[in-house]
Amino acid sequence: MAGAPTKGKQKIGLKWSNPAVQSVVYQAALIAVVLYGGWVIVTTTQANLARLNIATGFGFMDNTAGFGIVQSLIPYTEESSYGRAFLVGLINTLMVAGIGIVLATILGFFVGVARLSSNWLVSRLAWTYVEVMRNIPLLLQLFFCYFTVLRPLPPPADSLSPLEGVYLNNRGVVVPSPVFGESSTLFVIAVLLSLVAGYAIIRWARKRQAATGEIFPAWRTAIAIVLGVPALIWLVGGAPFTLDLPVYRGFGFDGGMRLIPEFIALLLGLTLYTAAFIAEIVRAGILSVSHGQTEAAYALGLPQGRTLRLVVIPQALRVIVPPLTSQLLNLTKNSSLAVAIAYPDLVAVFAGTVLNQTGQAIEVIALTMAVYLTISLVTSFLMNLYNARVAIQER
Amino acid sequence: MENRFQALLMGLVLGAAIVYLFMPIAQAPGPAGNRPAAAESADGKARPEVRAGNTLAEVRNRGELVCGVNQGLPGFSNPDDKGHWSGIDVDYCRALASAIFDDPTKVKFRPLNAKDRFTALQSGEIDILSRNTTWTMSRDTQLGLDFAGVSYYDGQGFIVHKDSGIENAADLDGATICTQTGTTTELNVADYFRSHGYKYKVLSYEKNDEALAAYDNHRCDAYTTDASGLAAVRLKMKDPSQHRILPEIISKEPLGPAVRQGDPQWADIARWTLFALINADELGVTSKNVEEMKGSDSPRVRRLLGGEGAYGHMIGLTDDWVVRIIRHVGNYSEVFERNVGTNTKLGIERGLNALWNKGGIMYAPPIR
Ligand SMILES: N[C@@H](CCC(=O)N[C@@H](CS)C(=O)NCC(=O)O)C(=O)O
Repeated sequence: MAGAPTKGKQKIGLKWSNPAVQSVVYQAALIAVVLYGGWVIVTTTQANLARLNIATGFGFMDNTAGFGIVQSLIPYTEESSYGRAFLVGLINTLMVAGIGIVLATILGFFVGVARLSSNWLVSRLAWTYVEVMRNIPLLLQLFFCYFTVLRPLPPPADSLSPLEGVYLNNRGVVVPSPVFGESSTLFVIAVLLSLVAGYAIIRWARKRQAATGEIFPAWRTAIAIVLGVPALIWLVGGAPFTLDLPVYRGFGFDGGMRLIPEFIALLLGLTLYTAAFIAEIVRAGILSVSHGQTEAAYALGLPQGRTLRLVVIPQALRVIVPPLTSQLLNLTKNSSLAVAIAYPDLVAVFAGTVLNQTGQAIEVIALTMAVYLTISLVTSFLMNLYNARVAIQER
Repeated sequence: MENRFQALLMGLVLGAAIVYLFMPIAQAPGPAGNRPAAAESADGKARPEVRAGNTLAEVRNRGELVCGVNQGLPGFSNPDDKGHWSGIDVDYCRALASAIFDDPTKVKFRPLNAKDRFTALQSGEIDILSRNTTWTMSRDTQLGLDFAGVSYYDGQGFIVHKDSGIENAADLDGATICTQTGTTTELNVADYFRSHGYKYKVLSYEKNDEALAAYDNHRCDAYTTDASGLAAVRLKMKDPSQHRILPEIISKEPLGPAVRQGDPQWADIARWTLFALINADELGVTSKNVEEMKGSDSPRVRRLLGGEGAYGHMIGLTDDWVVRIIRHVGNYSEVFERNVGTNTKLGIERGLNALWNKGGIMYAPPIR
């Protein structure tokens, strides 16, 4: 830093006509305005809240929540704190958004490819799907999903039971849950090891093919290892876990794991809706790859499936990934419609019930916005990393 | 690249310096001092608190009262198909408008959902909140509200499907309960089941309609809200006879109007308008006999109707304020019977809401 100003002085001098000086002054002025504006907003808000006798600060996060939440992946009771309730809501949001992102991407790819199919029926069906889903407001779709999921299902007493221990009723789906005992450690280690082995084989085969052109059925081998080794251990060492079977009692089932209809409806709604947009993005991406590429691949004797997988899609991804990212962000943000159908996501639990109880709107809303911002930035960051990988490497 | 970084750095330092220099100046008048709001209502005393403390003047200038009400709760505030509102909460606002303007139609009703009602009051969007709102300590102290009193003593109950075989609240152990988010109801459920050691699941919907639809589709075993609301809910069901309201009341829900803190005069007007309705009931002053009651010999009636003392002036109104209220809206008993009483569809008995000397607990401090 010490040498920098002297260097600058020698080269440019402190005249107004100097663009560097101008830019410093303009930036200084801009930053001054921004900082001053922020400072005015904060102090005015504080003063007004104090004048209106409205409580402020985040001290409330430690107070007892006192309300129940219907779905929680971490231990939570009415005695837990608001901070804990915040976590429960956050995890519920992440869960529905995370699974939704995976499902919507897969479905969107299939529909997008189907839309370009030479089979008239397939492409028309895909077209219809896209147009219907894109053009109905998401909130209506959620209500539709929710009440069509609920209405035909029987009450718990007359549950449908497609499989032993699996029950389907208007309170959701209940399945037996695994209870891991001591013998499970070995099993888990075996599963992890076989996953690593499978991955190593695939990488090795790819390298070898690139170097020598020889093809090795890597995927099949890997799958055989990943499924086979744990199965072998299961057979030899006995089941690594016991099953906790749901039992009918009073109003519903005790034990087992359950998916509540609110979750299913929200996941379904978000997935179907976002997949329609993703399908259009995928279609556009594929169409952006010049037809000469496909013809060249055919000329080399590649079959249709491989042409798509090895030639077209890798090039299409460059076009697909950036807009795909914004769809995935949309899905996450749209999950905040959950409260309409009583799924306890972050907005329902924290910006809903907690806000109602504490009345600290500014703190609660600011924190909620910060969470969505963080989720979005992290998603963008990961997608940008991926984008950098699929982007054309200039050589 | 390096140049740009330097420029940014210097800009930052300079900018911070400028802000620092200006800070003391900006601080002196204080953020409250240069609020545009203060200038806006400067027709009264030119002090910073003017805005918070001058609701009456604002309402008069505007020419109407803005009153936050329920989006649709029969008996409390409910619009008909012509957009005409009726209900106890609505009539209270009409009483207030009558006291100020001698005209019960000078009210704009602003329908609010449970979640947003307090923000609407805090932000000044409404002058008064009259939306079946339970008076609780945290709302009174943490939200910057002042409750004017109790206009309806309520309590929370449950409604269940008859075919479920549930007869009373003890049968609800393990049940799933539907309710609306942003209400005291949501919290009382947790209290009740916890204190009895019962298991339960609660589903909180943003809108009451979805909560009811979910209950109707048997997603929950019971729907819960204030007992007065349950009577209305039962009427909304396809076949009301298929539903049972359980006998237990699990909470105290004193419902009443609320105003923003910091305007004692406005709070007094809100409070004494409510008390005037109740006192008129106690003294037998009705919309039909109010003109002849003006000639009454009873000092209590004379004070109420402005024949003696200057009670209206004490709260910034005219002395015939109660005459205006009763002439246009009637007394508490008339309001109650018209909206929720035994001759209405809701058919609710006075019960707790009967006057203190008639077996209830409805009691208003005297006007004297
Ligand atoms: N008194 C309770 C409950 C008030 C409340 O919002 N009740 C619901 C259920 S009856 C309601 O009025 N909903 C009607 C609506 O939002 O349209 C409170 O102050 O929190």
